[in-house]
Amino acid sequence: MELTRKTAAELSALLAGGEVSAEEVTAAHLDRIAGCDDRVHAFLHVAADGAVAAAREVDRRRAAGDELGPLAGVPVALKDVFTTIGAPTTCGSRILDGWQPPYDATITRRLRQAGAIILGKTNMDEFAMGSSTENSAFGPTRNPWNLSRVPGGSSGGSSAAVAAYQAPLAVGTDTGGSIRQPASVCGIVGTKPTYGGSSRYGLVAFASSLDTPGPLARTVLDAALLHEAICGYDPMDSTSIDAPVPPVVAAARQADVSGMRIGVVTELSGEGYQPGVMARFAEAVELLESLGAKVTEVSCPNFRYALPAYYLIAPSECSSNLARFDAMRYGLRVGDDGSAGAEEVMSLTREAGFGDEVKRRIILGAYALSSGYYDAYYGKAQQVRTLIIRDFEAAFGQADVLVSPVTPTTAFGIGERADDPMAMYLADLCTIPSDLAGNAAISVPCGLASEDGLPAGLQVMAPVMADDRLYRVAAAAEAALTERWGHPLIAEAKGLGTSEPWFSGERGGSA
Amino acid sequence: MTVTYEEALQRYEPVFGLETHVELGTTTKLFCGCPAVFGAEPNSRVCPVCLGLPGSLPAANRRAIEYTIKIGLALHCGIASWCRFARKNYFYPDMPKNFQISQYDEPLCTDGYLDVLVGGRTVRVGIERVHLEEDTGKSLHVGGATGRIHGAEYSLVDYNRAGIPLVEIVTKPVPGTGFGAPGVAKAYVTELRDLLRSLGVSDVRMEEGSLRCDVNTSLSVRGSGVWGTRTETKNVNSLRSVERAVRSEIERQAAVLDGGGRVIQETRHFHEDTGVTTSGRSKEEAQDYRYFPEPDLVPVAPPAEWVEEIRASLPELPSARRARLQAQWSLSGLEFEALHNAGAVGVVEETVLAGASPADARKWWLGELARRANDAGVDVSSLPITPQAVARVAALVASGTLNDRLAREVIDGVLDGEGTPDEVVAARGLAVVSDEGALTAAVDEAIAANPGVAARIRDGKTSAAGVLIGAVMKATRGKADAARVKALILERLT
Amino acid sequence: MAITRDEVAHLARLSRIALTDAELDHLAPQLDQIITAVAQVQEVAAEGIPPTSHATGLVNVYRDDEPRPCLTPADALSQAPAVEQQRFRVPRILAEE
Repeated sequence: MELTRKTAAELSALLAGGEVSAEEVTAAHLDRIAGCDDRVHAFLHVAADGAVAAAREVDRRRAAGDELGPLAGVPVALKDVFTTIGAPTTCGSRILDGWQPPYDATITRRLRQAGAIILGKTNMDEFAMGSSTENSAFGPTRNPWNLSRVPGGSSGGSSAAVAAYQAPLAVGTDTGGSIRQPASVCGIVGTKPTYGGSSRYGLVAFASSLDTPGPLARTVLDAALLHEAICGYDPMDSTSIDAPVPPVVAAARQADVSGMRIGVVTELSGEGYQPGVMARFAEAVELLESLGAKVTEVSCPNFRYALPAYYLIAPSECSSNLARFDAMRYGLRVGDDGSAGAEEVMSLTREAGFGDEVKRRIILGAYALSSGYYDAYYGKAQQVRTLIIRDFEAAFGQADVLVSPVTPTTAFGIGERADDPMAMYLADLCTIPSDLAGNAAISVPCGLASEDGLPAGLQVMAPVMADDRLYRVAAAAEAALTERWGHPLIAEAKGLGTSEPWFSGERGGSA
Repeated sequence: MTVTYEEALQRYEPVFGLETHVELGTTTKLFCGCPAVFGAEPNSRVCPVCLGLPGSLPAANRRAIEYTIKIGLALHCGIASWCRFARKNYFYPDMPKNFQISQYDEPLCTDGYLDVLVGGRTVRVGIERVHLEEDTGKSLHVGGATGRIHGAEYSLVDYNRAGIPLVEIVTKPVPGTGFGAPGVAKAYVTELRDLLRSLGVSDVRMEEGSLRCDVNTSLSVRGSGVWGTRTETKNVNSLRSVERAVRSEIERQAAVLDGGGRVIQETRHFHEDTGVTTSGRSKEEAQDYRYFPEPDLVPVAPPAEWVEEIRASLPELPSARRARLQAQWSLSGLEFEALHNAGAVGVVEETVLAGASPADARKWWLGELARRANDAGVDVSSLPITPQAVARVAALVASGTLNDRLAREVIDGVLDGEGTPDEVVAARGLAVVSDEGALTAAVDEAIAANPGVAARIRDGKTSAAGVLIGAVMKATRGKADAARVKALILERLT
Repeated sequence: MAITRDEVAHLARLSRIALTDAELDHLAPQLDQIITAVAQVQEVAAEGIPPTSHATGLVNVYRDDEPRPCLTPADALSQAPAVEQQRFRVPRILAEE
């Protein structure tokens, strides 16, 4: 039995039935990581000892007859932006190299409580700023479909780990598309829950009013299982919504779109979109229509201002959120030679500790918030945010869910956009509106673009706290497409070799 | 050049304003559950939130919001129906996040006033705004001059204080107080302190830094009607310093203007030891704080019912209480202010409630007891004698059981911990001689021993009776009621 | 030009980033390009449109005034670059705030 090929739902059943132990499942995934992460570089830190200890504890509890949840014993990879007791948290930044947080993020705590096995911390664009994971201070992650391509970002370590079968599940964060875009370009599923639906406590902030933790997985059902485990009200996060988690697992199992109204967003298409991506998207929409959905076109005219508004709001918040990295209480300290003052040490440390993109955004944010510029930039961007929310409200009056491509192109080459920030920012064109409005959205694979044979994704957007609708639509699309392809899309990922190469020389599950 | 205060006031009219920061007496900090306490061992009352650790998030303390609204209502402010916290961005090692969660253009309370009693009259100080923010940590400067920031080699930071709720109360500019400006400034802070204590929102220990003032001062050339450039003096942390800081800034600015110079808008630091201010950072190179709404906290929109509930819970405010007591006790403004300044209003009120006349209560607390307190260097209200005991002493005097001299002895006994006034009277045998027979015998003895004096009294010189009264008092070791003794003497000799 | 090299240098100082001259040469034109692009938001007809700072619409989220456990001083200080007398040791502070 090749345990790393199993979905989380399958592993859950095997574990519950006593057919495999959590320790065996964990060992198989740790082996997989050891076998291919030198090429993928999905992980910044592999918590092998902690994972094995946690797995043994799950096995002990299961043997003792404890009631265990569906994720007990199932491995998960955690983006290195969540604090973890016992494992470093770096956010892909030199300034936090080696930082050992004294507390667990709420997401971390919930994973532990669910008995999920945290395999390690995944690579990311520094402080989640980027769309390619090239902005990590610890080197880029590579796309398992093609190692010369980026895995998307900023949750590129998480998406690559799942696509490379290093983990069936991963947690990422989405601020401008950082879950959905990497999921799309890695041919997997990724959800940005409703803002406030998943706790930010212990998530190192990039842009507080946008950051949203969410699941990545190879199947829609797996994503729903992780969604249900990590989401829900948290009094430690004042922006958390005090309401039950929408019934996402039931919706994923329902997988039925008959009678649903699906709105195609006019503005999220056109110039700059790769033809192969648009073709796969159009087919997916036709497929949903054939499954009984009513497809209409909706217009959201203010979406064209979403990208500029985002690049004012997110950098503004980041310029303030990242001020705390100052060499005084934790992290890197540079230039403390006994004569330099605190201000100088702060400046030298931040110069040495932050990468280019982070510096760009901090300075951009400081500019947008400056007195004299505030109204013209930050103030205007906040008004655009209101207009985008109104566009969504109007659109959701006509449709139950909205659909679009996830990102205009497939995975681009490593280095291709590295020093062209504006080109890089375009990767988030379709995902940003839902971040600004705070509603839920999912990315589900919809095929390979003919130009490059790389995956494209279908984005489904649902109203605030209607996350379950995402899973109904995505699961229906997934089922129909998988049937058409004859196998899951991810089975075509060949970046780590062809004809089962990545299983040779591996122990795999010993069952 | 130097200018005396008197000279300065001849040419200039001062305008001042105060920004007062008060630590609230909540159990926990503003945004986390760490205890808000003074004096704990360093960095023992901290958590990821108040240390500003990456990933941590603030959660607002309901009671801190309630206390702020309470202060706003007591200062006759309007309460915002919707407002937000804002981030004030600047780098400083004692501020864990390098931004302070504060309020900017949407304060919780605005536009009120505080009536201040000074020189027997009431001055109304306008309140611009009251808002809530978090305190910073505390730095210890090591090396160089003792504990001073300048010349220090490095600093040591304790974050126990970081995150303690701080209310900032900002006055409107106060013009027209002339010569009395420093006194009005001090009286305002005193009044504010008393108000905050009466509200139960803070115990206001200035010596522990739980109330801190920034003083804005400017001068206007008399008759010009134009206000000059203002300076902001920080670090003014005692009532006396408030008065001295305003006075010293008036003198300094007058000297600058008289010398043909120009007052620059700047931050100045007050030095308790020398009583003068020195220049800090110039406002012209001031920080741009880049305020923006705090995204980690949702807006504060106190429902009207909550505000009314808080309003209904307000105690009688010090100014209203003063007016009521002054009328009830038939005192002039100055008489009442004397009581107020001696810190004796509360004990007098309780003494009256325990049955003493307002006049007796005032007499004892402002006279004998104020003297004792002064000798001991304590507040009159912290003497080890209760208002009830003072009322009992006054009653014993009124009934003739004690005379004033004996009453003072009884107070000695009570202060020495010998028990209640009645217990002290019994134990020390202090009651006046009320045995008519013994008293008559002593009077007769005195008349017999002083035939000359007795003759003069018989001739109508009743003022000579003092000699005989003195003799009787001596014979009874002071325990006679002097009035009764005089009556007995005159009965016999006239 | 939306932003000058000098303005970028000023903002970097304000943000406590000791940029090198080479970085300034590189960053300033990039920021100029980005700011020109984001300035598009000014085209939008925003008359009478309220700003959105918080997408959830939540108000009045409070915590009860009840103590929670603190970190131990050892945990609080464990990641500090320098510690002395159970306090965070920091380089000398040149100016008072």
